[in-house]
Amino acid sequence: MNPIVAQNPPVATPFFFYLLAAAMIIGGILVITRKNAVHSALALITALLAQAGLYLMLYAPFVAAVQILLYAGGIMVLFLFVIMLISIERTMKERQFNSQWLIGIVAAAALGGLFITVFTKGKSLFPDGHFTYAESGNTQAVADLLYGPHTGMYMFSFEIASLLLLVAIIGAVVMAKKRI
Amino acid sequence: MHDLINYITSYFGSNLTPGAAGNFFWATVYILLVFVGLSIAVIAMNWLERKILAHMQVRLGPMRVGPHGLLQPIADAIKLLLKEDIIPAEADQLVFWIAPFIVVLAAFTVFVVVPFGPTSAITDMNIGILFMLGVSSLSVLGIVTAGWASNSHYPLIGALRSSAQMVSYEVAMGLAVVSAILMTSLHGLGFYGVAASGDTGTLSMIEIVNAQMEQQTWFIFKFFPLGLIAFTIFAIAMVAETNRAPFDLPEAESELTAGFHTEYSGFRWSLFFLAEYSAMIAVSSIAVTLWLGGWLRPFPNALAGRTWDVIFSFFPGLTFLALGAITFYNVARMPRHPLFRIQTMGLAGFGAVLGLIGVVLLIPEISSHVQNVFWFSAKVAAFMYLYIWYRGTFPRYRFDQLMKVGWKVLLPTGLVLLILTAGVGMRDEIWDLLQRVTHS
Repeated sequence: MNPIVAQNPPVATPFFFYLLAAAMIIGGILVITRKNAVHSALALITALLAQAGLYLMLYAPFVAAVQILLYAGGIMVLFLFVIMLISIERTMKERQFNSQWLIGIVAAAALGGLFITVFTKGKSLFPDGHFTYAESGNTQAVADLLYGPHTGMYMFSFEIASLLLLVAIIGAVVMAKKRI
Repeated sequence: MHDLINYITSYFGSNLTPGAAGNFFWATVYILLVFVGLSIAVIAMNWLERKILAHMQVRLGPMRVGPHGLLQPIADAIKLLLKEDIIPAEADQLVFWIAPFIVVLAAFTVFVVVPFGPTSAITDMNIGILFMLGVSSLSVLGIVTAGWASNSHYPLIGALRSSAQMVSYEVAMGLAVVSAILMTSLHGLGFYGVAASGDTGTLSMIEIVNAQMEQQTWFIFKFFPLGLIAFTIFAIAMVAETNRAPFDLPEAESELTAGFHTEYSGFRWSLFFLAEYSAMIAVSSIAVTLWLGGWLRPFPNALAGRTWDVIFSFFPGLTFLALGAITFYNVARMPRHPLFRIQTMGLAGFGAVLGLIGVVLLIPEISSHVQNVFWFSAKVAAFMYLYIWYRGTFPRYRFDQLMKVGWKVLLPTGLVLLILTAGVGMRDEIWDLLQRVTHS
């Protein structure tokens, strides 16, 4: 058991950050502006993959791998599966409508304001913390936080989340099947 | 210039993979080596599949292009490159164009973490096996988009079948993989392997093989028969994941002409072909790494010692010498007609090359370096033969049968297996807990 020690410091970090962030933003904009739902889904996949890249840059390879495995490889396939059955010709002709633009603008402005506030005076808002990179043992670190005998502080919330998913699965089965 | 040479030679003493050591030069060299090796393997598979399948069906297979059809794959490749590249008028141009590249990218990127030897991998990741599963699950996106973008009935049905099938079997596959990962940290049971050294398991491909080395057992034999059942689930699911017979519903020729790639031609079609075969090699190497001891030679512990090392180091060379001998046997069987003279000479040349490789591999310095790669490739090759054998043996499943096998047989078996594996591995802790509960 010899954990891999990164011998070289990370290279071109700002470049990759801006590249991935730009990919995410462009992908996100394309998701809501494309009329063709399959193109939207592909743009969403790009955004999700770029997000996985950002997780990698935050020294969280486990989260990045799960992001690719679940979102890009699993959920988006189901999305596409459903979208493919929609008649694209009809949706292309329909006018895009947006009846909740006022609420949308308010929500976007509030979120943007929050981000700008955090960005401008983030240092004073958050307590000084010591950050340790757990790149070589990221999976073990996540497991420790979830299940560790003394460090497993998120076990309860994790189990609650899994219960929520179980309820959703059973609900889907009950709603889809008339007679069980 | 001097710095550059220093940089290149600085890797030689390292016992890490080039990616982990952070050496860009050797990482690039390894990437190129893997790429070239894969391309050769796909070409060889193309010929072998047609030949073996033909012999299973008492046919001769390709015999015209080159002796015993040896040059047939090259002729096919040239034909594909020269063919007209058709994009249907009603197709979604952009998506149609992107789809083959998604499939090829996903199929080749997984080889970044495949461990051909303790240091002969491009890189070693803490999340190795997750990375492989995640990236290979992206290939279904390419298949689905290809089927949809063709804007045609058969491809769309093929894509729908493919996405349903791959998503279903991914679940069973994941459960089997998790039970193998659990074994990296669990204590063995008596005869079947010794205790694990560390308390923590690992997801790194290289460390998984090292764990099998330390525990002195391949995981297929650990907690017998649990490891074997997990391996069986994976072996079934991986055939379904790669859309191969008997799970080749997405490209069922008799029902859907060619499934999701019906509308593709020429170079783009050959990309799908390339991706399919390299995906087969990729999942086979996952199976080899997790259950069959990766690059470890047979019996590294039971038959340890200098003598056995020397005996086993002859295997790579002897294999190629045997292949050369078979080729020369067939040279002797070639027709004695003047028209066949060039073919006979070509076959003899091929045999000579194989024999020469065999002789070179017998040199101790070289064989000690390629031994790991040889054992890994040999195990993967066995899986490749199994793929062809399945195709020649089993009839295609019906779609409802396919779903039944995936969700009602493999998934429950996998779940029970996972619980049993964890239970057997933690038997001491569970026993302690029971005693504490009953005595208090």
